[in-house]
Amino acid sequence: MPNLTLDHVVKSYGKLRAVDDLSLEVRDGELLTLLGPSGCGKTTTLRAVSGFVALNSGRIFIGQRNITDIPPERRGIGLVFQNYALWPHMTVFQNLAFGLQLKKLPKQTIKKKIEKSLAMVKLAGYEDRYPRQLSGGQQQRVALARALVLEPDILLLDEPLSNLDALLREQMRFEIAQIHKQAGITSIYVTHDQTEAMVISDRIAVMNQGKIVQIGRPEGIYSAPASKFVAGFMGTTTFIHGKVSGTARERIVVQTDSGLSIQGKGEQLAAGNEVDVAIRPENIRFLTTPADIRKQGKENTFEARVTRASYVGELVDYQLDLKGSLLRAKGETANPLSEGTTIHIYIEPEQLSILKA
Amino acid sequence: MSLKRILVVAGELILLLLVFLVIFGPMMSLFIWSVAIRWYWPSTLPQEVGFDYWRQALGLQKSLAIGAVSIVPAFFLSLSIAIVVVCIAMLIAIPAGYALAKYRIPFAALIMFLFLMPNAFPQQPIFVNLLRIFTRVGLAGTLPGVILVHILVGMVFGVWITSATFRAIPPHLEEAARSVGAGKTRAFFRITMPLAAPGLLASAVFVFITSLDEFTGTFFIGLPWINTLPMTLYSSSGYNMQFASVIAIILLIPSILFMALIQRVLRAEYVGGMG
Repeated sequence: MPNLTLDHVVKSYGKLRAVDDLSLEVRDGELLTLLGPSGCGKTTTLRAVSGFVALNSGRIFIGQRNITDIPPERRGIGLVFQNYALWPHMTVFQNLAFGLQLKKLPKQTIKKKIEKSLAMVKLAGYEDRYPRQLSGGQQQRVALARALVLEPDILLLDEPLSNLDALLREQMRFEIAQIHKQAGITSIYVTHDQTEAMVISDRIAVMNQGKIVQIGRPEGIYSAPASKFVAGFMGTTTFIHGKVSGTARERIVVQTDSGLSIQGKGEQLAAGNEVDVAIRPENIRFLTTPADIRKQGKENTFEARVTRASYVGELVDYQLDLKGSLLRAKGETANPLSEGTTIHIYIEPEQLSILKA
Repeated sequence: MSLKRILVVAGELILLLLVFLVIFGPMMSLFIWSVAIRWYWPSTLPQEVGFDYWRQALGLQKSLAIGAVSIVPAFFLSLSIAIVVVCIAMLIAIPAGYALAKYRIPFAALIMFLFLMPNAFPQQPIFVNLLRIFTRVGLAGTLPGVILVHILVGMVFGVWITSATFRAIPPHLEEAARSVGAGKTRAFFRITMPLAAPGLLASAVFVFITSLDEFTGTFFIGLPWINTLPMTLYSSSGYNMQFASVIAIILLIPSILFMALIQRVLRAEYVGGMG
């Protein structure tokens, strides 16, 4: 499988730079996700690669082939749309056969290829159905099969799961990841859902205002966000503003505006820098017994008040008041804390990101 | 069956009958008039019934006594004009409607407004002006002149309905076709056209019926040389109720046939296909 390269791609609409000097390499067989809020330029980037958006400047390559000025139908790129875009007047078989017939393949070959790719998306035997006779999830699988049956060099998926209900969406994530692994096609996946991106991607490129602000493996981006924007976009994050007061044993010590002293990790920070401490629910540990509190010591141990406790099934979702900052935390369901309780919490400094404000 | 239930059913029947009368009453009177030979006050129904006017209108009988003329030539003239008008109007309306629906065209609203104009203003002043122009270029009183006028009047349906039809088709469907290797033209003819067909047919039918019934423009531009069916109806209706009724019924037939056709096509393809 060839790789896909975007080289200084620019697309403007009037004054707005939808894609702003973006360079990116999607490696062989890799699934790369463009993740970002709506309007960040991820869909425009995808449409530029598929050929429906003409660039202002920059170049796009599939392997060594420059496709910048090639029309969409000759790029050899498979597309999966958010609203499936199945042709309603054709059966599933006809939907899949259309592209194969354009390649002038013999009938038997077409039939075999369609059977194989319907089996891949677990829809064998659905050849004669019309799209309207299928559920949303099934329609999206047909759309995926329609793209895969042509064995494209590159596969582009534009928020393919966002029209499905939550339960199905979660299930389809794994299926798409599995199908991708099976087919091994170099792919770009666009989504605004960070969990979806984490589950599905080999690498994630977080976009904002037409630029890639951070790119890397899902774990890397989640655990070491490069900016407040990325930290805020990945997971439930509370920011506490403060100033760096010094360093202690390779840790950054922050004096917050609310009067707390918090330690965490950060890069290229010096005393006096304005920073935000990014606290996530999984960073917070409850210290329930006096022994726990004694054992933990004073470092990064605080007193907080429970302002809300919601039972969500496998865990309890808490909202804590830490000197005026509202944190989210997760607790076990065995001994739930009631609202109004004051509790000691410990914030693990190794997992705590200190970011330039 | 309880008394209440009987009353409800009776009430429903009476209501249904009233609705039926409101809709079909005037048409019934057309049918009765078309076969009335003698019908004077205070009789509820004609005193003498016969198909003399029908025979006369269809050119099967020639009697000067009842004053009707054969409408066969006028009917075929109207039909031919309508067919030519539909062909030309749709040839313009399909690309125009597609362009207005799919591309950002400068002054798109203004262009739409221009198509609407002949129907938005009182038609007489427009056609009086048109007559002056057509007289100068030699189109007044000619078949091409009348066809042009019908296209002008019918175009609003052509462009509005086709552009609405194309707009209703998600653009992603064509893009999906292109992503599997179809060029622009093929994507249009294999994907967009079949999906738009019912809407395009509906718009063609409206243009057809508009042309068949067109009066004002034909009156100014066509008369006295181009005598379409509505012209014949007008010139005879003042004095001859029977003959006018016959023509009205004949004018009704193609309209009803086409309405039935649209209904079938719209239900089967459009609603089903668009899911």
